[in-house]
Amino acid sequence: MKLTINGKNHKILRSLTLEDLIHELNIEAPNFAMALNQQVIPKSKYATTSIQENDVVEIVHAVGGGV
Amino acid sequence: MTTKKEFMKIGDKTFKSRLIVGTGKYKSFDETRQAIENSGAEMVTVAVRRIELDKNKDSILNHLDPQKYTFLPNTAGCYTLKEAVMTCELAREAGLGSIVKVEVIGDEKTLYPDNEATLEASKVLIKEGFHVLPYCTDDVVLCKKLEDIGCTAVMPLAAPIGSGLGIRNPYNIKLILDAVKIPVIIDAGVGTASDASRAMELGVSGILMNTAIAGAKDPLKMALAMKMAVECGRMAYESGRIPKKLYASASSPLDGLVEL
Repeated sequence: MKLTINGKNHKILRSLTLEDLIHELNIEAPNFAMALNQQVIPKSKYATTSIQENDVVEIVHAVGGGV
Repeated sequence: MTTKKEFMKIGDKTFKSRLIVGTGKYKSFDETRQAIENSGAEMVTVAVRRIELDKNKDSILNHLDPQKYTFLPNTAGCYTLKEAVMTCELAREAGLGSIVKVEVIGDEKTLYPDNEATLEASKVLIKEGFHVLPYCTDDVVLCKKLEDIGCTAVMPLAAPIGSGLGIRNPYNIKLILDAVKIPVIIDAGVGTASDASRAMELGVSGILMNTAIAGAKDPLKMALAMKMAVECGRMAYESGRIPKKLYASASSPLDGLVEL
């Protein structure tokens, strides 16, 4: 399945939900958040939010920054 | 010392330190951590960015104790209301809390804020339950509007972001201080310790800075200098300075002078 993740094309092999995707991409950041097609998805819904061909996924975390 | 120290209140939180520091532009996470430690800041601002999937996914948050610091996610780099709102929503979902520094940039060269978009984004975010601290120009009318819609504090710039020009218009900051009841926090423009003291002497609640510390030749020492400067400036403000006078006023008694 082809997805756009953080602005780049990715081929996903086995993920069906956002929860699966986190594991497949090996995301280990202590605090991260996801948006699917420009909608921020609460963590409690990762397991039940399915992903589909051509979906646009954003995965973000905190980085150093000021103003 | 017998004087009582006044704390900085933002929303329902109280801070002993009136210095808020950024976490950008440091050479390493270790330097970031040490500089923040030296600054005495209890609130630190962080940016929200895409995780680089093909790189080391280490995060700044692995290096800062969440028990010790309140995180202030910012919307730096956002140019539209939509981007700023979504960034805050992502930050909250990432566990960074609901106090947010809203900035909607209007011009790439000066990094001046788009005040209209900032006002609108703040309205949306307040409705969504965020405590909003907007980065704005030093405009008293705008700051009053931001207070009226329910912002937790206002964060007027002292000079352009990263410029180090210092407090360019102290009179505007004074006008804002007189006009609003919510905390006024100077955001951006500080270059060195005297700038920080000068801002605090005006009576602002706090200062947010990043480049002045991270960009110094010795960031760890500058962090300490800023801590002291903010404390000194605040203490002088609380003490009440003498009025400025054109002519001299002797401090030794005139009576009892030796007559020759």
